[in-house]
Amino acid sequence: MNAPLKEREQALMGIGESRLRKEDARFIQGKGNYVDDVKMPGMLHMDIVRSPLAHARIKRINKEAALAMPGVHAVLTADDLKPLKLHWMPTLAGDVQAVLADEKVVFQMQEVAIVIADDRYIAADAVEAVEVEYEELPVVINPFDALKPDAPVIREDLAGKTEGAHGARTHHNHIFTWEAGDKSSADAAFANAPVTVKQDMFYPRVHPCPLETCGCVASFDPVRGELTTYITSQAPHVVRTVVSMLSGIPESKVRIISPDIGGGFGNKVGVYPGYVCAIVASIVLGRPVKWVEDRIENLSSTAFARDYHMSGELAATPDGKITGLRVEVVADHGAFDACADPTKFPAGMFHIVSGSYDIPAAHCSVKGVYTNKAPGGVAYRCSFRVTEAVYLIERMVDVLAQKLGIDKAEIRARNFIRKDQFPYTSAFGFEYDSGDYHTALQKVLDAVDYKALRAEQAAKRADPNSPTLMGIGLVTFTEVVGAGPSKMCDILGVGMFDSCEIRVHPTGSAIARMGTITQGQGHQTTYAQIIATELGIPSEVIQVEEGDTSTAPYGLGTYGSRSTPVAGAAIALAARKIHAKARKIAAHLLEVAEGDLEWEVDRFKVRGDDSRFKTMKDISWAAYNQPPEGLEPGLEAVHYYDPPNFTYPFGIYLCVVDIDKATGETKIRRFYALDDCGTRINPMIIDGQIHGGLTEGFAVAMGQLLSFDEQGNIQGNSLMDYFVPTAVETPKWETDYTVTPSPHHPLGAKGVAESPHVGSIPTFTSAIVDALSHLGVTHVDMPHTAYRTWKELKRLGVAQ
Amino acid sequence: MIPPSFDYHAPSTVAEAVGLLAQLGDDAKILAGGHSLLPMMKLRFAEPAALIDLNRIDALRGVSEEGGLIRIGAMTTENQLIASDLLKAKVPLLPEAARQIADPQVRNRGTIGGDIAHGDPANDHPAIAMALEATLVLTGPNGERQVPATEFFLGTYFTAMEADEILTAILIQPFAPKTGYAYTKLKRKTGDWATAAAAVVMTMDGERVASVRIGLTNVAPTAMRASDAEQFLVGKSLDAVTLDEVARLVRAVAEPAADLRGDEEYKTAMAGEMTKRALRQAAERCR
Ligand SMILES: Cc1cc2nc3c(=O)[nH]c(=O)nc-3n(C[C@H](O)[C@H](O)[C@H](O)COP(=O)(O)OP(=O)(O)OC[C@H]3O[C@@H](n4cnc5c(N)ncnc54)[C@H](O)[C@@H]3O)c2cc1C
Repeated sequence: MNAPLKEREQALMGIGESRLRKEDARFIQGKGNYVDDVKMPGMLHMDIVRSPLAHARIKRINKEAALAMPGVHAVLTADDLKPLKLHWMPTLAGDVQAVLADEKVVFQMQEVAIVIADDRYIAADAVEAVEVEYEELPVVINPFDALKPDAPVIREDLAGKTEGAHGARTHHNHIFTWEAGDKSSADAAFANAPVTVKQDMFYPRVHPCPLETCGCVASFDPVRGELTTYITSQAPHVVRTVVSMLSGIPESKVRIISPDIGGGFGNKVGVYPGYVCAIVASIVLGRPVKWVEDRIENLSSTAFARDYHMSGELAATPDGKITGLRVEVVADHGAFDACADPTKFPAGMFHIVSGSYDIPAAHCSVKGVYTNKAPGGVAYRCSFRVTEAVYLIERMVDVLAQKLGIDKAEIRARNFIRKDQFPYTSAFGFEYDSGDYHTALQKVLDAVDYKALRAEQAAKRADPNSPTLMGIGLVTFTEVVGAGPSKMCDILGVGMFDSCEIRVHPTGSAIARMGTITQGQGHQTTYAQIIATELGIPSEVIQVEEGDTSTAPYGLGTYGSRSTPVAGAAIALAARKIHAKARKIAAHLLEVAEGDLEWEVDRFKVRGDDSRFKTMKDISWAAYNQPPEGLEPGLEAVHYYDPPNFTYPFGIYLCVVDIDKATGETKIRRFYALDDCGTRINPMIIDGQIHGGLTEGFAVAMGQLLSFDEQGNIQGNSLMDYFVPTAVETPKWETDYTVTPSPHHPLGAKGVAESPHVGSIPTFTSAIVDALSHLGVTHVDMPHTAYRTWKELKRLGVAQ
Repeated sequence: MIPPSFDYHAPSTVAEAVGLLAQLGDDAKILAGGHSLLPMMKLRFAEPAALIDLNRIDALRGVSEEGGLIRIGAMTTENQLIASDLLKAKVPLLPEAARQIADPQVRNRGTIGGDIAHGDPANDHPAIAMALEATLVLTGPNGERQVPATEFFLGTYFTAMEADEILTAILIQPFAPKTGYAYTKLKRKTGDWATAAAAVVMTMDGERVASVRIGLTNVAPTAMRASDAEQFLVGKSLDAVTLDEVARLVRAVAEPAADLRGDEEYKTAMAGEMTKRALRQAAERCR
């Protein structure tokens, strides 16, 4: 490549460049625009009266005192929403959810009434003045108790409903039972297996706790009949569809705007009662209404993650070759099934549970259950349940290795799907696109000198005076992202495609709009890089806009690491449509046939003649003033991309911990993360996403927990207790990569954002268990707090 | 997370503040750094009708040496304690401990006086003040009186301070040369209160303990001294057997409340462990 060519290429700042994030300038100067920054003339404020009890009948609500307060405009309860048929709303999971508690409350902090007032302060005072009289009902917080014959009935509204959205309901607190794989072949594998292992594990309820809590500003214009709503949503177009369906306002008159979003992590996918109430209030009062929840409300009532009680079994040969897998899950969904899975998959992609391994026979079943807890199960990769699946299989492989006395790296290598087996169809029917697990594993083992680590561990174990226990965690995970092929995946019947519209302006700059929405992923930076490489336009002059349903093309939004796999492909293909038209224009301008042209970075040139060319800038101008005859003017394209398959990023993570025998504290000595996300669009952003995801994984594994007491009182729902690590606690991350492109994605890219979250969590558990494995421990449930770990040490008689 | 409305007063002298307190009575609360009071107000656990803000009273801030004692104004912030050269030289336990309190933002506003006056056994300064045998200066309508820190804490959120009094200063004897000290605190994360913590001030005679004072944080309804352990230690060398016995004596007097940081068993054990660690560190500093 000659020098000027390379310079031209670098000037584009396209794919592969660590381009600085375009978003940061405004964020670090406090110039972002979040929902709570939105102020509209005449805007009123909403606050919510919430239930102090987890299960109770509402005897009476007295609004008089609140209504009498100066500055209070309205107090609404379920009875007020009833005539509008808005006291209940459908969930994305095929259930219904009370917008405001209808006759009874079913979880603590449930929305009971709303207050609309002149300002936030009056609203808060008025909330205190609303008197609600309750009659307590028995509470059930454990899903196993919920399934007992005489368990309290949580959902009286479902009385007599034996058929749910996902098949038969067998108990009043049962939501669905979902199965995948082939039970008879799995059972057969176990019947003949020389070796089997079984392990129960609980993946506790956690919450992603985004910096910005949920909120909206709803503004109904009674003259035009138009509704505009600013909302912290990861899926603004889906929200528009839902709002239109609920309100009866035509979708064309509903405008949803997701401005800057302070982190989502799945907490901002669904439609919350607060949004519906603010919209209703704005319609009723004819004024804009703002609602922004506080931290305790966010942690207590909006989408949580996990709460999966799992039981795994492996069948194997004596030399550690896995021959069968069986998994049973009891999934605690809380009081309403408000997950956001693709319609046909009530447990998401949990059946990716065979992991990176070539397992011939497998079966899983997931039973969804109602309890007196907040609804959710959406956040932290939870709609797709991949985190849970990866946790289970990685733990199980460790358990098997331990039973057989085989090293955990070695047993993985023996069971990996080999490079030459791709595309590989798993026992659950997934078609893995590409992978090279053996190479990646070896790279990590070499980088950390795995043998030396094991030798050090052996020495520490032999020394009775060692104040610490050393553990090595290893995880070799495969993700499934990029939902999804619309033949399999839809939400509310809308296929899970995504979209891009690109317009190239006469002077050669461009604007691109997508159906996704960035929440920290840096779309404005990376999307422009894709277009830069595809079209030869410098990324600096490409504007990327998302989040306004009135301007952006319809898309399913950003979650589940789907933006690059789906919208990224839409961008490439929209750009390629423009490219094709540009070629026609170039041929016309150069007076040659299209076939005589060749593309070079930022221009079409006549094959073999460097002096005869037209740059994309020249072509853009021509597109608007002298297009060839028969070709319409302009230079723009739209593409809706329906992926043919998911993509399957993978990673090899290794972690070394030292546990203090006296306090139970764990020090993460080393964490090495190798990720393969296919083609790397912006290595710096990938590193940032990985650092963030690893830090989240660290938080989940080592400290996060939303627990409940027997009365259903939520514990630890403020930042005093809920663990959000700061720079002080966060370990140092070492990152590495291999590149195995996806064969079916136009760019070969696979998506990366969730890999570190999914992969790191079981790595920490693997390390903790490894530190105790010589004492016969096969599993310890999260979170691995000092307290819980010390309890385990005490039980084992090794606490000092 | 929004408190009800309240009146706000910002006196510029102690006399004015004491006058306001007398006049407004029980419905008024003193506002210092606000990092204990305001969270309680936002959660509506506390709903004072008026706040008397001490932040404009310059006389209540700063560290000085007077009549052989170190005098710390009640409104001196944690960050000011950390930055004080006088304290680093004369009472180094305080800057070391202040660094372990909360996070930089809280330390920027939170005051030593507020930390003590709040009477929360989870706060760090009470046990430290007890280990330092500090004297607390209280100013009321009838003038000043002095109360030893060891007699100040009567129960959780309950102190020897009368409703019409203000804590104005903390007096501390400067450390003699070769005084060993340490504050060891076990916490879950930055900005967390102690699961258990121990403050130690100690002198040694060769290899043996000459004098020792041990204060314990968050293992009982109030901050406390581990008197049995202190008595046992005098004349002993700090070998493993001695330390184990100290830990046992500390565990015997701890009566922590279970919370998400841990149950009674864990916190009790940690009180012993933190004391051991503080003693080891203090002993090194005696040399
Ligand atoms: C996130 C966070 C973490 C924290 N972590 C810790 C920690 O690890 N360790 C710790 O010790 N503390 C911790 N705190 C508490 C913090 O140190 C507070 O600043 C301190 O407890 C109170 O001091 P203040 O100056 O803020 O007092 P304020 O909150 O203003 O007042 C506290 C109480 O004392 C009264 N009061 C204050 N000053 C006087 C006075 N001079 N005379 C009479 N009464 C007075 C007030 O009326 C009020 O009742 C934390 C706080 C937060 C928000």
